[in-house]
Amino acid sequence: MKVVQFLKKALLFDLFEGLWVTFRNQNPKNIYTEQYPLERPPVAERYRGAPRLNLHPQTNETLCIACDLCRIACPENLIVVGFVRDERNRKQLTHFTYDLSRCMFCGLCEDACPVDALELTQDFELASYTREGQIWDRQMLEEGPRPTRYTS
Amino acid sequence: MNTVLDANELVLNMGPQHPSTHGVLRVILKLDGERVTGLDCVIGYLHRGVEKIGENRTYAMFAPYVDRMDYVSAVSNGLGYCLTVEKLLGVVAPPRAEAARVILTELNRIASHLLWLGTHALDVGAITPLFYCMREREEALKIFENYCGARLTTHAFRIGGLQYQLHEGFEEQVRAFCEMFPAKIDEYERLLTGNRIWRERLEGVGILTVEDCKELGVTGPLLRAAGLAWDLRKAIPYSGYERYEFDVPTGSRGDTLDRYTVRMEEMRQSVRIMKQAVANIPSGPIMAKVPKVIKPPVGECYVSIEAPKGELGYFIVSDGTLNPYRVRVRPPGFLNLQALERMARGALVADVVAIIGTIDFVMGEVDR
Repeated sequence: MKVVQFLKKALLFDLFEGLWVTFRNQNPKNIYTEQYPLERPPVAERYRGAPRLNLHPQTNETLCIACDLCRIACPENLIVVGFVRDERNRKQLTHFTYDLSRCMFCGLCEDACPVDALELTQDFELASYTREGQIWDRQMLEEGPRPTRYTS
Repeated sequence: MNTVLDANELVLNMGPQHPSTHGVLRVILKLDGERVTGLDCVIGYLHRGVEKIGENRTYAMFAPYVDRMDYVSAVSNGLGYCLTVEKLLGVVAPPRAEAARVILTELNRIASHLLWLGTHALDVGAITPLFYCMREREEALKIFENYCGARLTTHAFRIGGLQYQLHEGFEEQVRAFCEMFPAKIDEYERLLTGNRIWRERLEGVGILTVEDCKELGVTGPLLRAAGLAWDLRKAIPYSGYERYEFDVPTGSRGDTLDRYTVRMEEMRQSVRIMKQAVANIPSGPIMAKVPKVIKPPVGECYVSIEAPKGELGYFIVSDGTLNPYRVRVRPPGFLNLQALERMARGALVADVVAIIGTIDFVMGEVDR
């Protein structure tokens, strides 16, 4: 028994055993670090991120019918929908503001929308330099955020 | 608190910025040398008035807020709230929704216990388990993200069932997690259970008997580690838990090491429940017939569920209008925290850190 223990010590058995654990976890498959600014991590399809007001793919007109349901559904009351009545007494969307600084991305506005106009998208880079920059107007909601990309 | 100090007594503030008080708990320790002779907890640094917010929101609107109480186990919070409002309305979620709820809450129990294990080990001085735990927690959070689009404050359930259909590959993901996870628990146990430092730090520290627990309203793993097999999933089954087979692990000594073993075993049992649930998810609708405008009849009800940290109860009073008249939350962390004084009296300062870790509270739900 003594001899075995001596040999273990002399041949640095514990050191190699420890290093084996270290190297076992070096498998590239097991690396979880995300190289974020260099590579955008993939987010789930249902990710609830930046809001977007969808446009009709062909006519490029807004899908929003100014029904106001998203404003009613929002727990934080951060949506403002502006509309005018046209000559046929139909609602026309004029402006739409969305205060992202108070948004908690619960998705209730998205669920309430009857025409899939308002949608929470996979964009997650929402930082801005000012508080006013967090209040998105209709143009911003239709175009989506344009974060600075530091990589090509 | 005694203001005139004994010459030998030292009053020491621990927190609210202390890293091992898990948030913003302030503990005023009264010390005799290194021994704790008494302590006071000061809470309220994270008070956001969630219960009051509930009175000013409609029933559906309040659901995202409950996720933010115990943000480590948001899914369980949401389940408790939805079950309470469903009981007020007199609806029952369809079987498919119930099975999905069980899978997601059990997954959340594992995620919560993993965060507890990592931080508890970190407090006691073992750094490695934290990284191991976070690695597996990531897998659980990925399932949440794929299912409902958020990782932490999920807002996964709606009143009456589910909002989202189970995504493509949900069952495979859950099955893969169930296959992978038990081996990882063994890995944590290899790191900790036999570890001499771990045992020396935890054995016989912070003993809490069943009588103490009953007196203080302590529930969850703390009560089970004291030796009473009280689990609401068995005692008052909800959301179809009576259909699944699982054991309620108990301890015998009621010390910190027992609470560790109980929680480790609970994770294994959670995997067992998830395996059974995912094996036969019934088909059918995911949403019960709930009116668009939720207006429960006049009345009140209390529903409690077994959250990862203990009994989580909601008491909602409805006056027949769109908003609840009162939402009272019985968080497990708030009542479990009361036991801190009894557990820490006579212990060393270093043990207080271990005891705070073992209670496993989240200040978000203590202060609400």
